[in-house]
Amino acid sequence: MYNFEFAKPGSVADAVSALGEDEAQALGGGQTLIPTLKQRLASPSTLVSLTGIADMVGISDAGGVMTIGGATTHAAVAAGGGAYPALAAMASHIGDPAVRNRGTVGGSLANNDPSACYPCGALASGATIVTNAREIAADDYFQGMFTTALEEGEIVTSVKFPIPERANYQKFVQPASRFALVGVMVAKHADGVRVAVTGASEGGVFRWTEAEEALNGNYSADAIDGLNASADGMIGDMHGTPEYRAHLIKVLTKRAVAAS
Amino acid sequence: MTDVKMTVNGKERSGSVEGRTLLVNFLRDDLRLTGTHVGCDTSQCGACVVHVNGKAVKACTMLAAEADGAEVATIEGMANADGSLGVIQQAFQDHHGLQCGFCTPGMVMSAAALLAENANPTEQEIREYLEGNICRCTGYHNIVKAIQAAAANGSAVAAE
Repeated sequence: MYNFEFAKPGSVADAVSALGEDEAQALGGGQTLIPTLKQRLASPSTLVSLTGIADMVGISDAGGVMTIGGATTHAAVAAGGGAYPALAAMASHIGDPAVRNRGTVGGSLANNDPSACYPCGALASGATIVTNAREIAADDYFQGMFTTALEEGEIVTSVKFPIPERANYQKFVQPASRFALVGVMVAKHADGVRVAVTGASEGGVFRWTEAEEALNGNYSADAIDGLNASADGMIGDMHGTPEYRAHLIKVLTKRAVAAS
Repeated sequence: MTDVKMTVNGKERSGSVEGRTLLVNFLRDDLRLTGTHVGCDTSQCGACVVHVNGKAVKACTMLAAEADGAEVATIEGMANADGSLGVIQQAFQDHHGLQCGFCTPGMVMSAAALLAENANPTEQEIREYLEGNICRCTGYHNIVKAIQAAAANGSAVAAE
């Protein structure tokens, strides 16, 4: 690891100010960033830890929306996200227990790993990503593998998750990394069904709109029978071909509908 | 350099660390608490698991500066005050929960974190909780048995 200065501000304003310095980078739980630094794939001048900002930690629910502070850990969501059980269940299967005690919601969404769980949960929920500067709809936020609408130095301070009528996340685990080989979240909202897919596409998390249309007409696993997710643009690697991943999308979508 | 102060196994410890110093390096190199192991150094294997403010974390994937002001517990703090093995350690010995012993500090710390959350876990819950702890010797069977035995002993103690 190249060396860097370490800062741990106590407020969002101080963090934004520290991130204004040249080559400064935000640090959430560090479960992706620290391994990246070890491989010398990044060399920030200063790491600005967001874990000391009390305003960015916590879970609340009001008016059918569960709001999670950006620096809240996966373990805290798993334990305290009872207002949105499908999301709490998703958080409870990220990585392993020690990773869940450090990794944060904001860190996962800012990184937007193409196989991460939270981007899928946020997109299926129709979440709003709240930053120090603005609010961004999930549909506008995810812009491809490891790419988001965040500007330099912008911090995810909280995320608002509308609580669906029914929802379920199905994760087909890649057992070595414990990321999703493919993950599908189906969420039935009052104004329609949203189906989000992670782990599969070279473009990162995406909505399977054909499945959404079918489920809007008939919310049952059978409604997916006639559909096939296209293998075009799917990830192919030693763990699975594009066709295999496309097949998993259909299977997991059916399972998610049945379990929701 | 950043000055850090933390409570490690009940004692106040302090030091001066670089930004990049990992918690596991501070524990091993500065405090000479070498019971916490570095196995993979990629947050996969769990040999470096310690408790920070009561939560199991991988000390190879946390900066020492992040633990400033924290309560840290390591394997060196798991024995009884008289030096005899703690309940979980004794159960690992009794049930042959280790062979080479390299992963054992992390296994014991994860087991302690699990039992603090869930005093009477099922075999399935134990196996799921150990997803982030890799052992290349035992096949996990005796580790799971040891944790089940520790849970039984722990509840017996609590019931007395």
